[in-house]
Amino acid sequence: MNEKLYRRRVRANVIGLTLSMTAMALGLFVLLWILFILFKNGVAALDWNLFTQSTPAPGSEGGGLANAIVGSLLIVGISTLFSTPIGILAGIYLAEFGDRSKIAQVTRFVTDIMLSAPSIVLGLFVYAIIVAQTKQFSGWAGTVALSLIAIPVVLRTTENMLRLVPGSLREAAFALGAPQWKVTIMVTLRAAQSGVVTGVLLAVARISGETAPLLFTALNNQFFSVDMEKPMANLPVVIFQFAMSPYDNWVRLAWGGALLITLAVLTLNIIARVYFRDRGGQR
Amino acid sequence: MSTSDSGLLDQQRLEVVRRQRLQDFLFHKVTLSFSLIVLVALVGILLSLLVSAWPTFKKFGIEFLWRVEWDIVNDEFGAAIAIFGTLVSSGIALLIAVPLSFGIALFLTETCPVWLRRPLGTAVELLAAVPSIIYGMFGLFIFAPLFAEYGQPALQSTLGQMPLIGPLFGGATNGIGIFAAGLVLAFMILPFIAAVMRDVFEIVPPILRESAYGVGCTTWEVVRYVVLPYTQQGVIGGVMLGLGRALGETMAVTFVIGNSQRISSSLFAPGSSIASTLANEFGEAADFHLSTLYALGFLLFVITFFVLALAKILIIRTERAKGAKT
Repeated sequence: MNEKLYRRRVRANVIGLTLSMTAMALGLFVLLWILFILFKNGVAALDWNLFTQSTPAPGSEGGGLANAIVGSLLIVGISTLFSTPIGILAGIYLAEFGDRSKIAQVTRFVTDIMLSAPSIVLGLFVYAIIVAQTKQFSGWAGTVALSLIAIPVVLRTTENMLRLVPGSLREAAFALGAPQWKVTIMVTLRAAQSGVVTGVLLAVARISGETAPLLFTALNNQFFSVDMEKPMANLPVVIFQFAMSPYDNWVRLAWGGALLITLAVLTLNIIARVYFRDRGGQR
Repeated sequence: MSTSDSGLLDQQRLEVVRRQRLQDFLFHKVTLSFSLIVLVALVGILLSLLVSAWPTFKKFGIEFLWRVEWDIVNDEFGAAIAIFGTLVSSGIALLIAVPLSFGIALFLTETCPVWLRRPLGTAVELLAAVPSIIYGMFGLFIFAPLFAEYGQPALQSTLGQMPLIGPLFGGATNGIGIFAAGLVLAFMILPFIAAVMRDVFEIVPPILRESAYGVGCTTWEVVRYVVLPYTQQGVIGGVMLGLGRALGETMAVTFVIGNSQRISSSLFAPGSSIASTLANEFGEAADFHLSTLYALGFLLFVITFFVLALAKILIIRTERAKGAKT
């Protein structure tokens, strides 16, 4: 009897662990499969023209993604410039002043929700308050939409990293007579520097691939343009449009763009992790 | 007038203190106002969507939620088709992603050799970092053709033959549709759920685990009867987080769901979700149609807000429990 029970328990264990290992293998397999497909299809589109020529007209041959690459860099770059200081200052409030304040608790909760909120709704929001008012799709509108996504990411990582700084460090600085703002900026923030940088890198990675909020804000532009007040080409929207089109050349370029964007996003993620491990791990 | 040790006059000292106090006051208010931006954004989103959606809510009232109609020409709209597609595709995604995530979390916390934990954990996190549009392209160009050729016929000849659920797998097999959208979504949300599960599994006090092993439990029994009950709320929180992601996911779904405004009895039939309807129609919509799309956006935001809020509360509770016990 006992023998039977024992065997059944062992069997359940083996089955459970095997299934768990299969799940892990399946997850890895999907990641590798996606990367493999991206390289296989994307490398065919990689040439100099991809970086030097603008998006081609429907049905025509050749062309590249130069306008979309520049547009993406501009929109993501400016969004980062906006959202980094805002996110860091807001994070400072939550970490340094937020323990007793109700507002801080609510903000923290809402931020966590905004981290996963549907990005397409942010696109609708920015369309309603900017594009509908100015009657013009624009690079700025895209920037605002992406900033709204990036701010919660920077905010939350900044707060978490500041909280990891030991209280004794703050107290030592206060004991020297430093005012709060000096303690925060010159001591606490500096101690948490690598974590904060990681947060910014992750935010950049996050917004680089965002498509939905750009569809109704920056829209697209067939031509090369650096005018932020006009519709602006950007990689995600171009990929979406080209991939859904019936033209072979457009689909080929879409794969090229997809490879570029995935490489950029994954590289940023890995850099962020390695940077944090090397600089932040020892503290 | 007396001088202090540092050579400063009392008067000057007072001034320094006063100045610093003013600076700190400003610092406090400035950081506060920046953190308020998040709250302002939330209220702004809700208000602006509600205002823009008002004509639709006024015309159809609460009925808008269950009207099965999407007639752009005659301005007759209902949210039921899009809500149905959103819920069903997310439901399928959860059915597939939850057991897989559980398996991955179990592997990473219990069976995986320590030196492999970090790289494998990073790999799962990278899966979460892949932009959703890539999942969409992958789903449309690679997965859908394979699914149409092998997956769907196989499902039809097995599950499709069963009573009751058989009709769910009927109809043409062209690879795209609500079921395919659910499958692609499953792999998108899997890393999020797995990450939360792994984190809450690690919260379990070692002493609980060790005593279970000590009385002779197998790994499976430890996870099933000790770890899982202990972290129940956090696990549900992780699942809700994944659900919140799935409901609002746009690009991956738009590529594979088929974008047709109807409800079909078969999961293989094309449909549409709230997000895919927005992505497809918002750019060309005008007047009343536009306000209907705002109404859909408003609904989506409210639904995901509540799902994510619930997820957050459950996860926080689990982490608090850890704080109380250490």
